[in-house]
Amino acid sequence: MMDFLTSRAFKGTVFVLLVAGLIILPFFLRPFGLLLVAMWMVHAVAALGLNLTLGYAGQISMAQGAFVGIGAYCTGLMTLAGVPYPVAFLCSGALCFAIGWILGYPALRVQHHYLAFVTLAFSTLVFLVMRNEEWLTNGIYGLTDIPRPILFGWNTGKAKDFYFFTLLMTSILAFCVWWIIRSPWGRAFVALRENPVRALSLGVDTRRYTLMAFAMGSSIGGFAGALYAPLVQFFEPNSFSLTLSLKLLLMVIVGGAGTFFGPFIGAATEVLLPEWLRIAQGYYLIIYAMLVMVLMMFCPTGIIGLGERLISHLRQKKISSERSAQAQVMGADKPGQKEGAGQ
Amino acid sequence: MDTEHNTVLALDNIVAGYGAMTILNGTTFNVRRATITTVIGPNGAGKSTVFKTIFGMLKARTGTITFDGADITNNTPRQLLERGICYVPQGRNIFPELTVRHNLELGGFAAPSGINIDERIEAAMVRFPILRQKADVQASTLSGGQQKLLEIARGLLLDPTLILIDEPSIGLSPLMVQETFDILKDLRAKGVTILMVEQNAKSALQISDDGLVLELGRTRMAETAETLLNDPRVGQLFLGGAMEPAAA
Repeated sequence: MMDFLTSRAFKGTVFVLLVAGLIILPFFLRPFGLLLVAMWMVHAVAALGLNLTLGYAGQISMAQGAFVGIGAYCTGLMTLAGVPYPVAFLCSGALCFAIGWILGYPALRVQHHYLAFVTLAFSTLVFLVMRNEEWLTNGIYGLTDIPRPILFGWNTGKAKDFYFFTLLMTSILAFCVWWIIRSPWGRAFVALRENPVRALSLGVDTRRYTLMAFAMGSSIGGFAGALYAPLVQFFEPNSFSLTLSLKLLLMVIVGGAGTFFGPFIGAATEVLLPEWLRIAQGYYLIIYAMLVMVLMMFCPTGIIGLGERLISHLRQKKISSERSAQAQVMGADKPGQKEGAGQ
Repeated sequence: MDTEHNTVLALDNIVAGYGAMTILNGTTFNVRRATITTVIGPNGAGKSTVFKTIFGMLKARTGTITFDGADITNNTPRQLLERGICYVPQGRNIFPELTVRHNLELGGFAAPSGINIDERIEAAMVRFPILRQKADVQASTLSGGQQKLLEIARGLLLDPTLILIDEPSIGLSPLMVQETFDILKDLRAKGVTILMVEQNAKSALQISDDGLVLELGRTRMAETAETLLNDPRVGQLFLGGAMEPAAA
């Protein structure tokens, strides 16, 4: 039973059920519900990217929200100018990859909270550009009427169609991240997180992989922004202020940093939980804050970590009961041997 | 020592250090093929620094390092791994949070294409059965000796011809030290060259062919291990021998 819960078959089953559920969901939900679930997926993608940088490669970044913003503005501005959506989508990812690579350079010199402040400063910088450079970004008025794409004759303008489009793109991006994690790249990231000097002695070019971790994570954030723009169709600089970066950081940590499904769960607590807790009205934030505090105190490895701990606890209990049963059998076979051996 | 063509690794006048601090002041020595060579010396002599410099983790400011006749000065660790040099640093070098298998996989990170890592890992598990038994548990749950085995198995994954091993006996039980030394002797018999730094100088020299004494970043003595073991000065300084027996 416990082995089954951690097996690949189980994880695969959960994944298939999840995707199947998401496919039939639109037939039961109203457009607002669909918007919310699509919002969850977009945040999950952004958190997947941050999880690559933070959870796997161990490089803290408080700038993921800024990359979502760069991606959203890039796609918004390009599609408003008449550029086809796929081109704008790829440009968003590529632009964030390049900027993320550059942001990686400070990480070669500083780590932990110092790095947090470097990325925080970058986040503020991006926000200021979005707000003040009116010629490019339309300043505080933001971008409006961003068109939803028409792909191979499929008009994604309606809520249900766009929902399916988001689901498709999320699946593709999630698959890419899953592939990266399982590839030698992912292994190198983990080695980097665990111990850079040991990683170096095994031939991991720590310099290159640190930059790569930032670039890849940021570009996934850019793709999330490229999905966000046509989903909400209107946004302004405040959508991508430091708050978003902090929220994404919280999603990764609450969900379980360094686990594949963690960001999905973390994003659900940030995007869906508020709606479910709506009955609690004004108390919602208080309840949520307390939940986070309790979780971090008792399980710093996040919700996924909580589940893993439970499974390992059950497994240890089983093994130790097997051992004690074995010990009893052995004890019955050789009575008094312990006393004899000492003489 | 032996003739030139038998030399597998040669350091010539290496100067290296950290920041403004120079640790190696023109270190020069040769290592013969298929031997165990032990580097001894007082604390701060630059023993570990020599290894870091050979393995490209510390830049050599001047001087050259040759391996199998090729200049490898300031090559990257990855290039050196591809050439067949492996480095086992001091202390615990596994990734404790990762599984034993994941640790082994990381050993194959620098494998040139065309090498089947899964096969190599399988072979390592045949050779060290404990690693198969513990393949899917966190490496931190292994005992100290088992962790050293894992580290050595990981280092051997790429079939190195030269192993740089720093303080292999540190923190191990006497039995485990013996086992580690047996593995090294076994490797030597297969033609692998081993360069080792060891605090436990006496037992290290006993299994070694050659010995080097490093002092203030310079080679003070380069002799056969036997000569060093019998040298009264060495005995007094590094082998824990007292004045009288050494003089006798």
